[in-house]
Order: sequence, then C-alpha cells, then structure tokens
Amino acid sequence: MAGKLSIYRLIVLLPLLVGVVLVVYPLFWMVSSSFKSYDEIFGSVWNLPSEWLFSNYVTAWTKGIGNYFMNSVIVTVSTIAGVVIIASLCAYGLSRFRFRYSKTLFLFVLGGMMLDPQVCLVPLYKLLQNLNIHNTYFALILPYIAFRLSIAVLLIRSYFLGIPKEIEESATMDGCSVFRTYLSIFLPMSLPIIMTTIILTSYYAWNEFLFSIIFIDSDKYRTIPAGLMNFKDALSTDWGVLLAGLVISSMPLIILFIFMQKYFIQGMSDGSVKG
Amino acid sequence: MRTRRTIAPYLFVLPCVLMLAVFVYMPLIQNFFYSFQNISLLSGKSSFAGFDNYKTLFSDPVVGKALINNVKYAVISLIFQVGFGLVLAAILEEEFLRKVSAVFRTIFFIPVIISITVICLLFSFVYNPTDGLLNMFLQAVGLDSWAKPWLGSGTTAIYAVIAVSQWQSIGYCMMLFIVAIQKIPRDLYEAAKIDGAGKIKIFFSITLPQVKEMIFVNSLLTITGAFMVFNEPFILTKGGGPGTSSITIAVLMYQNGFVRDSMGYAATISLLIFAITAVLALIQTLSFRTGKGD
Repeated sequence: MAGKLSIYRLIVLLPLLVGVVLVVYPLFWMVSSSFKSYDEIFGSVWNLPSEWLFSNYVTAWTKGIGNYFMNSVIVTVSTIAGVVIIASLCAYGLSRFRFRYSKTLFLFVLGGMMLDPQVCLVPLYKLLQNLNIHNTYFALILPYIAFRLSIAVLLIRSYFLGIPKEIEESATMDGCSVFRTYLSIFLPMSLPIIMTTIILTSYYAWNEFLFSIIFIDSDKYRTIPAGLMNFKDALSTDWGVLLAGLVISSMPLIILFIFMQKYFIQGMSDGSVKG
Repeated sequence: MRTRRTIAPYLFVLPCVLMLAVFVYMPLIQNFFYSFQNISLLSGKSSFAGFDNYKTLFSDPVVGKALINNVKYAVISLIFQVGFGLVLAAILEEEFLRKVSAVFRTIFFIPVIISITVICLLFSFVYNPTDGLLNMFLQAVGLDSWAKPWLGSGTTAIYAVIAVSQWQSIGYCMMLFIVAIQKIPRDLYEAAKIDGAGKIKIFFSITLPQVKEMIFVNSLLTITGAFMVFNEPFILTKGGGPGTSSITIAVLMYQNGFVRDSMGYAATISLLIFAITAVLALIQTLSFRTGKGD
C-alpha cells in the first residue's frame, strides 16, 4: 500500500485490523491447538505446538469423525442431486409453458420460502416415524430437499426466463421433445445458476443442525453437526482430538468457498437467504 | 411458450409440488391441529386438549423470558450485523484499500461458512472460565477483575451467546452490502468528490441512500434469524442456561417437545414462531422481490 498514511486512514485501519484479529485469532488458535497435546493446549495457550501431533487428526478421523464425515457427504450429495433435479424440472415447467394454474403453483412453491424448518418440527418428526424412515439417511435428505426447493426454483426459473425463445423454437423444429429440450438445451445453458444452487444447497445440508440432532438417533447415520456433539461427549478431555475434528469438519466448505467464491456470493446475494 | 400441450407442464412441476406439500405444507397444517392436543411420544397417546396449550403459552413465564432474549438478539444483531456490517462494507470499498480488500472480505466471510456447531464448540473453549482464551487474555493484559464465567453466569450468558452470533454473521451482512455498494454508479462518487464532500458526508449522502433496499433486506433477515435462533444457546449454554437465563423461543419449543415429551405444547410454541416469522417474511415479500430486480 503506497501513498500517504493520513489520519483518516489510520482511524479506519486500526479498527479494521482489530476486527481481523478478533476473527482470525480464534480460528488460528483452533488450528494450532488441534496439533497440541492436552497439557500444551492449556499450559502454553499462546504458543505454537512444541511438537506437531498429526496423530490428533488420525485419532479424530478413526474415533468417529470419519464416519460422520461420510454420512454428511452422502446426505449432502443426495440433497444436492434432489434439489437440482426437482427444482430445475419445476422451473422449466413454470417458465416455458403458459398453463392454467401456473401462477398459483408458482406462488405455492414460493410460499415454502416463508416457512422455517423449525416451525414444522413436531409434525415432521411424526411424519418421518409414520413413513418408517426416521433414523435413516432419508430422514434428513427428504426434508432438506423440500426446504431448499423454493429458493432453488426461484433462482433457476429467473435464469430460464432469460434464455431466448428462439433457441427453444429451433430445438422444437429439429424435432426435440419437450423433455429433450430441457435436458440437452436448458440444463447445459444454465450451468452458472446450477452451480449457485449446488453451493447454496451444500452450505445448508453440510451445516444443518436441528433436524440432524432430532431425526437421527443412531451414531451410524449421524452427520457432522450432530456427530460433533456426541464426539465431544465421548472424548471427555481429549481436546486436541476434538479440535482436530472441528477443523476436519470445516474444511470441505472452506475449500469449496475458496474455489467457488464467485458463486457463493452470487447465490447469497440473489437469494438473500441466511443459512 | 408452448400452449398446446396441456399435461406436460404439470408433470414437470409435480415432483416439486409434491415434496413441498408433504414435507412443508402438510406439517404446517398438522401443527395447527396438534396445538389442540396433548401428545406424548413415549406412551404414544394423544388426547384432545382444547385451548389448554394456548392457555399455557400465555401464562408460561419462560415464554416471556425467551421472547425478551429473542428481542435482545434482534436489537444487538441489528446494531452489529446491519450497522457495523454496512460500515465495514463501505470501508472495504474505499479507494485506498482496493488492492487488499479481497483479503479482508475473505477473512470476515470465513466464519459464515463454518458450521455453527463448530463455532459454538470453539467458543466454549474461548469462554471457559478457568482456561478459556477470553479470561486468559484479560488476565494477560491486567484486567483480571473483568474475567468471569461468561456462560455460567445468568447476567452474562445471553450476551456471551449473542456475541458468538455477531462474530459469525457480520461477514454475511458485509458481503451483501459490498454487492450493493458495487452496484452504485461510480459517477455519483466522482461528482460528490468534485463538490468537495468529505468521506463521512459521502457515506451519508450517497452510500446510505443507495443501499437502503439492502439495509431493509438485511434487517429483516437479521430480525427473522434472531427470532429463530436455536443452535447457539442449545450448544453454548446447554439449552439456555444457567436456569432459563439464555433460553430462546426455539430452544423452549425443543425442550417441551423432545425433552419433556409434550409435543402438543411444542406445536403451539412453533405456531407462535410461525406467526412472528410469517409476518416478517410477508413484509419482505410484499416490499421487494427478495433482493432481485434492484
């Protein structure tokens, strides 16, 4: 940063740097302590580990995080697949056809955005039990899909509306069926918004907490957010291993964010939906 | 637009409508019926309760306490996430920070991406009364008397919990404001500079009015979030402790439904949450088309 350091800049920079320290230090502490032994975590709080215990990570992975991690991958990937397929089909139907109830159905779909998952918690719990899918992957996947559909349809539909009619008409002239047009023209042309949808969905499914602690009872199917709570109780004071578990759990989305920053921000500002 | 085929569009829309009907709308309606029943999951029994659950709702002192905590959450979040979030965004969009602002942006945004479970478990280390980072830092800089059991004391617990949410979410509001500020035409700033307006004047006369739609959206999102907050008190203060000092309405619902096994009352509480959030969502939907079209 060349240039004069005016008083104004100092006044601005100082709080900014304090803010950076406030945000970075706890994260830095988490990572550095995850390589420490129990004694060192509390014995030399401010120092780097004297010996880098990579073994904490191995222990964390084998003692449970590995299992939760794979469950989270299964649930997240299935949710993404479900949301992208169902929402893009719906968006296609709503944007490329003029039919009697299209407005009503669009409002019906949009209305889902107004409802927060926790409002439906009790009946949803009973529904999953009645469907006999309580305590299976589906107990998370199906509600996750349902609660992400509205925003996904909204995003994809507005993108579809921007695709010129001529492209569709020429496809019809070439003898493409309606479904063919959707599959081989609309989907490939909408890759950016599909990416945005994928990222928003994975952000939600990877981090969701409330459903994951209630709809799953057995450790076998627990995803990371619920699993971490159990992991913590099971470890008692093995803090280094717990912190290693926390780092492992955060990595996938941080990596995704670093490489897909553009889509992340696009999605969050387009949808303006928190969590 | 195709108009001749009649059944095709319905087929496209069907899976989505079904999913929403079964997993979103049906539970919402059932909630309403549940609120008039006594339901126990353990015994599997349920009986008609009339307005009992509603009477309990309005006479339960914890409901009031929880709502006050939610209001505290909302007010503090408005100040920090919307207020400071906007100032932060405006600063990061300053000319002289152009080269480094991407780094700052990423740093402030990282907590948003990390799971709230991870963050809460991390902050239970930070707040630990004896070995926690916060108290150790206070002792290191000679403010021993400030050190306290942040989460263990009824007076500080709720604020300690709220602080964690600010730490996590300020970057989210900041990012939305940055997107909004970047859409402001540059010549507005140029013109103001030629007129000799100072930085603060520019902020209040150009930036602020130009992003007022985003301020509105962010405020509503933040308030809605504040009335639904569950994870932070559930994890940090083990369900709103000590006692009920940091309880929120969502935690209260969870405890009644899944700890005390009175599902009917839990359904009634969730209707209260629904009423609050639906009003907020309605305001947003009626006023703007969710961040689009600006």
